[in-house]
Amino acid sequence: MWIYLTKRIVGLLPLLLVISFLSFMLVRMAPGSPFDKERAPASPDIERTLREKYHQDEPLWQQYLRYLGVARESDGQGGTRWVRGGLVQGDLGPSFKYRNHGVNDIVAQGLPVSMSLGLLAFLFAMGVGIPLGIYTALRRGQWGDHIGSFFSLLAFCIPGLVVGPLLIMGLALQWRLFPVALWSSPWHMVLPTVTLGLYFSGRIARLMREGMTEAMKEAYVVTARAKGLSESQVVFRHALRLAILPVVSYSGPLLADLLTGSFVVENLFLVPGIGVFLVNSALGRDYNMVVGLALVYAVLLVLLNLAVDLTYGFLDRRVKLS
Amino acid sequence: MHSVVSASTTAPVRQFLSRIWLALLLSLLAGCARPDPPADLVVINGTEPETLDPALCTGQPDGRVAAALFEGLTRVHPKTGESVPGIAERWEISPDGKTYLFYLRTNALWSNGEPITADDVVYSWRRVVDPANAADYAGQLYYVKNGLAINTRKITDLTQLGVSAVNPHLVRVELENPTAFFLDLCAFRTLCVVHRKTIEKYGDRWLMARPLPTSGCFTLEQWKVNDRVRLRKNPYHWDAANIRSEVVDLIHLESATTALNLFETGQADIIWDKTLIPMELMDVLKERPYVHTFKYLATYFMRFNVTRGPFKDPRVRKALALSINKSRIAGHIMKAGEEPAATLVPPGTANYQAPEGLSYNPNLARKLLAEAGFPEGKGFPSFHYLFNTAKQHEQVAVELQQMWKKELGISLELRNTEWKVYLADQSAVNFDLSRSAWVGDYNDPNTFLDMFMSNNGNNRTGWKSPEYDALLDRANRMTDLKERAELLRQAERLLVVDDVVIMPLFFYAGITFYRPDEISGIWANIIDEHALYPVGKTKKADLRP
Repeated sequence: MWIYLTKRIVGLLPLLLVISFLSFMLVRMAPGSPFDKERAPASPDIERTLREKYHQDEPLWQQYLRYLGVARESDGQGGTRWVRGGLVQGDLGPSFKYRNHGVNDIVAQGLPVSMSLGLLAFLFAMGVGIPLGIYTALRRGQWGDHIGSFFSLLAFCIPGLVVGPLLIMGLALQWRLFPVALWSSPWHMVLPTVTLGLYFSGRIARLMREGMTEAMKEAYVVTARAKGLSESQVVFRHALRLAILPVVSYSGPLLADLLTGSFVVENLFLVPGIGVFLVNSALGRDYNMVVGLALVYAVLLVLLNLAVDLTYGFLDRRVKLS
Repeated sequence: MHSVVSASTTAPVRQFLSRIWLALLLSLLAGCARPDPPADLVVINGTEPETLDPALCTGQPDGRVAAALFEGLTRVHPKTGESVPGIAERWEISPDGKTYLFYLRTNALWSNGEPITADDVVYSWRRVVDPANAADYAGQLYYVKNGLAINTRKITDLTQLGVSAVNPHLVRVELENPTAFFLDLCAFRTLCVVHRKTIEKYGDRWLMARPLPTSGCFTLEQWKVNDRVRLRKNPYHWDAANIRSEVVDLIHLESATTALNLFETGQADIIWDKTLIPMELMDVLKERPYVHTFKYLATYFMRFNVTRGPFKDPRVRKALALSINKSRIAGHIMKAGEEPAATLVPPGTANYQAPEGLSYNPNLARKLLAEAGFPEGKGFPSFHYLFNTAKQHEQVAVELQQMWKKELGISLELRNTEWKVYLADQSAVNFDLSRSAWVGDYNDPNTFLDMFMSNNGNNRTGWKSPEYDALLDRANRMTDLKERAELLRQAERLLVVDDVVIMPLFFYAGITFYRPDEISGIWANIIDEHALYPVGKTKKADLRP
């Protein structure tokens, strides 16, 4: 088990290297530069100084090595020394756009907020999706199933882009039940959570319904029934363990997706997470920010997938991690 | 990855999973930290500032925060927009207009109680022109002796800059030329006074120092990225008695709809950034008592690339300019009371009366186009109009396309690009025609006209006119404001009437949202600068449930 964990985490390193290399090069291929401005600087020297300051005047390969923190630079006394910071030391570099912040600062400020929102939305999606899926599976073909399935289909079909403004119009502007935006109290978190989680609750309900329907046909369920267990014991102690596996494997990437923030929801409700930066840094050609956020996202995705695999072993004892 | 059987793994797995969940829950708690007490005033200030460093900031939202935190020798009068004494309580100007003596207030203090001295002013200004700091707005100090030479590395000795401390409360400034608007520049954020010790100690991250010593009416309590900047009254400010709000939140966001929602539900008291007002709703909003529109120094115009194809011929450029019905664009597309523009410099600019520009005259336009070799548009190559993706710009572009098709029989291709591509193409003069806009930094025609000097980085048209450069140079050496205005008028005539390098379309209208019965101390002025210190809630607002 620990060997397995170590292997997976060590395997992360080459992946991060590839991702950092690709995003580093791709973002530089886009036309325009971080230093293009609506108002030209007072003299062309100023832009040149900025380029030097951020080492944009060096050849690309050297910039990349510097980003990794494995380049050597002149120490000003005729010798050379290792560059300070860099990815190897966990430093994602300065932001080209926000001149008083490093990428680390912005991730440190925004990621906990995005993660809170993501986790709340995840819990909401699970909390609504799993019971709804189980209910519709057990009432298959009856009215309850039709209504429940219609709801999950609806949730699944309407994007947050539509749900958010509708919730704001009804619950925040019309009835004033919740604040329209900002992120300063639990009360402020309700609408963004629902907006972000609703779509996934629909998906989870559908996965859960299929999983449960299949599980109920399994031989061990028949055995459990034959033992004389009550229906709820059959469903929750026996069938659920297997039925939930599709939801579990979906939840890893889903959680990574939710935790790294959503541009639409963060923008709509003014949630100070990193989702907004994920999009705007690319538009603003904030090179370090683009690469840094891609790496953060990759690490989260890999770790959460790992958590999913571990959860598999825990839920289905036929699975062994090796 | 998954293979068969072992129950013994489950215990560590369970442990591992519970740790992951614990970590997630902890991050959740971190995200839901205890809410801050509400502010006395909440202002929607614009998009997230790129920096709050007054020497480096270029954006309007950035500048508004910087101006609340730091003060210059003069400051902007909140009502009239004119410069009035700031850190300097008075000044003397030599008869040739080239030497200024600024007497600092003896009660001007940093927010930590230390006195603000002449050395602080000297340090702050040298810092702006120091090429190592790469300040985009260093040009604001090119009017000071050796400012340009130092910033462009022709002089390496910073002490050569024409600013010196005669004694702790007296600053002497020498200018290259008499500069009519120099006192306005002293109030501009680039020239504000910053705290040397903090900057030397913390470097690029000096704004993160807490407490941060500031010279303006407010101190920086909190800066949460993409959320808000929280300011607190500076009790040591020389004018502290007139600072009306104790705690002010400046909210930063991207979405105009969200801004309006916050305002409508009373979570924000003021919106003063034009980009955060939903223009598509202006027809409905215009009638509401909280919408205040006003004229300010900002022009929407179009640049010609005078080095390309038929646009090398001024007659063609003039024909295009004469065939645009600007009132239609100003009235139908823009909805906040924008006025059609015939010149680049807006009406109301100090020390100036703009020349008469080109009017709408399609007949003359057709005649000129025929003279240039394109009768009824025959043989005119198709050309493109560069603009950044935004609804209003697109509407303007479509309107131009139709007018030129109808009046001149020529066809315009629209090329909309994302912001950075637009900027890269515009500065490389890689376009036929390009959407442009300019907001004046100070109240003087020079803030508009110097843009088209041959060596100016904002020229972006390929147009180089020694005559224009000479007119501006001469004008800016003059002490007689009337003669100066006449020279500038000649220069502008060259720009928009004779050579038609640009085509002004309309003058922007400024917009702010606030409820006049709840908020007072905010006025419209021609430079769209709203000082924060006199703004506060009225008693009636405090009674609101």
